[in-house]
Amino acid sequence: MLINLVARRAALGLLMVALGAGTASAQVDLTGSWAPIGTEDVQNDSVPVDYLGLALTDEGRTRALAYDESQKSMIERQCQGWGASYLVLGPFGLRVSSEVDAVTKRMVSYTIGPWEDWNGMTIWLDGRAHPSEHALHTQAGFTTGRWDGNALAAQTTHMQAGFIRKTGVPLSDQATLDWRFFRHGDVLTILLVARDPVYLAEPEIISKSFRLSQTPLDYRDPCVTGFEAKEPGDSVPHFPPDKNPFADEFVKLFNLPLEAVMGYRETLYPEYRKTIKDTYVQPAPCVNSCGQAGNFVRR
Amino acid sequence: MRLPIAAAIVLLLWGLAVSPALYAQRQGGAAPSSAVPSARDSAPIDLTGYWVSYVTENWRYRMVTPPKGEYRRIPVTPAALPLINGWDPAADERAGNQCKSYGAGNIMSVPGRLRITWQDAETLRIDTDAGTQTRLLRFREASAGQASARATAPGARTWQGESSAGWERAGPAGGGSLRVVTANLRAGYLRKNGVPYSEQATVLEHFDLASLPDNAQLLLVTTTVEDPVYLRAPYIVSPHFKKEPDGSKWDPTPCSSTW
Repeated sequence: MLINLVARRAALGLLMVALGAGTASAQVDLTGSWAPIGTEDVQNDSVPVDYLGLALTDEGRTRALAYDESQKSMIERQCQGWGASYLVLGPFGLRVSSEVDAVTKRMVSYTIGPWEDWNGMTIWLDGRAHPSEHALHTQAGFTTGRWDGNALAAQTTHMQAGFIRKTGVPLSDQATLDWRFFRHGDVLTILLVARDPVYLAEPEIISKSFRLSQTPLDYRDPCVTGFEAKEPGDSVPHFPPDKNPFADEFVKLFNLPLEAVMGYRETLYPEYRKTIKDTYVQPAPCVNSCGQAGNFVRR
Repeated sequence: MRLPIAAAIVLLLWGLAVSPALYAQRQGGAAPSSAVPSARDSAPIDLTGYWVSYVTENWRYRMVTPPKGEYRRIPVTPAALPLINGWDPAADERAGNQCKSYGAGNIMSVPGRLRITWQDAETLRIDTDAGTQTRLLRFREASAGQASARATAPGARTWQGESSAGWERAGPAGGGSLRVVTANLRAGYLRKNGVPYSEQATVLEHFDLASLPDNAQLLLVTTTVEDPVYLRAPYIVSPHFKKEPDGSKWDPTPCSSTW
């Protein structure tokens, strides 16, 4: 009888091991601290009007040109933060943790921790549905995920209207974000596909890599407001879209085509190069901060 | 009653013992017989077809030639600076080196189209219309003689080098990545404006696919260039491509050192 019982338990244990192995092998562990790698320019926020690499609708371009970064000096906007897409557009690393159901041992969610001006993201993996389209929209939105081959595939909906770039390029509350998280060794590459029927003429696609950090990242500094020469009740700084004083700044700095700086869709494809081949003039040689990463125009 | 339980244990143990061997075969590991499926037949993802660069990142470094002397976001060593500041595209043209920015260290970032096909069962071929380059990603040598011949061939360094490929499988659920390591390169440029990599550079790439809700398919190539001479840290970029239905926009153009 005892042998029989042991045999049953052994069989059950082997079965669980076999099934568990099958499940686990389809997944990649994303938990840990991931430091940013600054070798790609994914944000293009070096000057106020830089829409390179974007395919904007006319409405999106107009709204972007109306934006004045001084808005962020208003005390009620200083800690407003940025939307979900800032996960890959921001300069910070990722702190990824997971929650596992205590009983079933199944993964419930991944959470990417917040930083000073970003709310963090929880990716629900337990099969829950997205809320109705009329449900509350938040800055972080609502994100669910599933495993797709070797990648974690996720989708974010229910975001408040926000921005796809810090320079005021808008994203509407109808936008959706599709994500893929690929881990290869100690490099995590995140692919973002942002769609917006209002402001994007084509999806914006961003890929950004991070390296596994042995030192845990810590971004617990709170956002603290301060007086920045804007009084409560002041009007919201903005430009008439056709009178934005920075509209041609980037064009002049690097002899760039205006339609590329303004985010016209055709500028994202290789054939566009042929149309500017005979008119583009290479800028003068670089003499200052030629290797400095990040912002290269001091404002 | 005892017999069925014992039989179940035996079956489970047999299954656990056999499945790793089957999995190893799928991984391309050593197999006891010639029945191992080819890289083409066992591909966990289908990379073949036409793909177009979608330049949403590093636009100013890829779509136009950036200023001479600029190397932002590339972690170069001091040894690279004289070459960066001395970049002379006309001299490159005269020396027949107009393809220096089309080598394996940068070719996937050059705006253009890819045509990916199987040259044979163990060789994936990537043609680029920009610079009319060809990359051969070899999964397994068809014969020891071919490997030996290539290894000993004089002047074997090329713009595209020698690429060893392997599938990284996601597991029983399917899917996976293509991992490619490339070495034996001619010295080239990471950017059109002469930011260099040396002959000692190696390029590690992972090719991943993403199928999106609207049936669009994206190809992501996470590329890590390491170079003990001109890079003080790995240079990592991840150009992405959209799948195209056919080759109607395929437009071969020769290498240019200035454009």
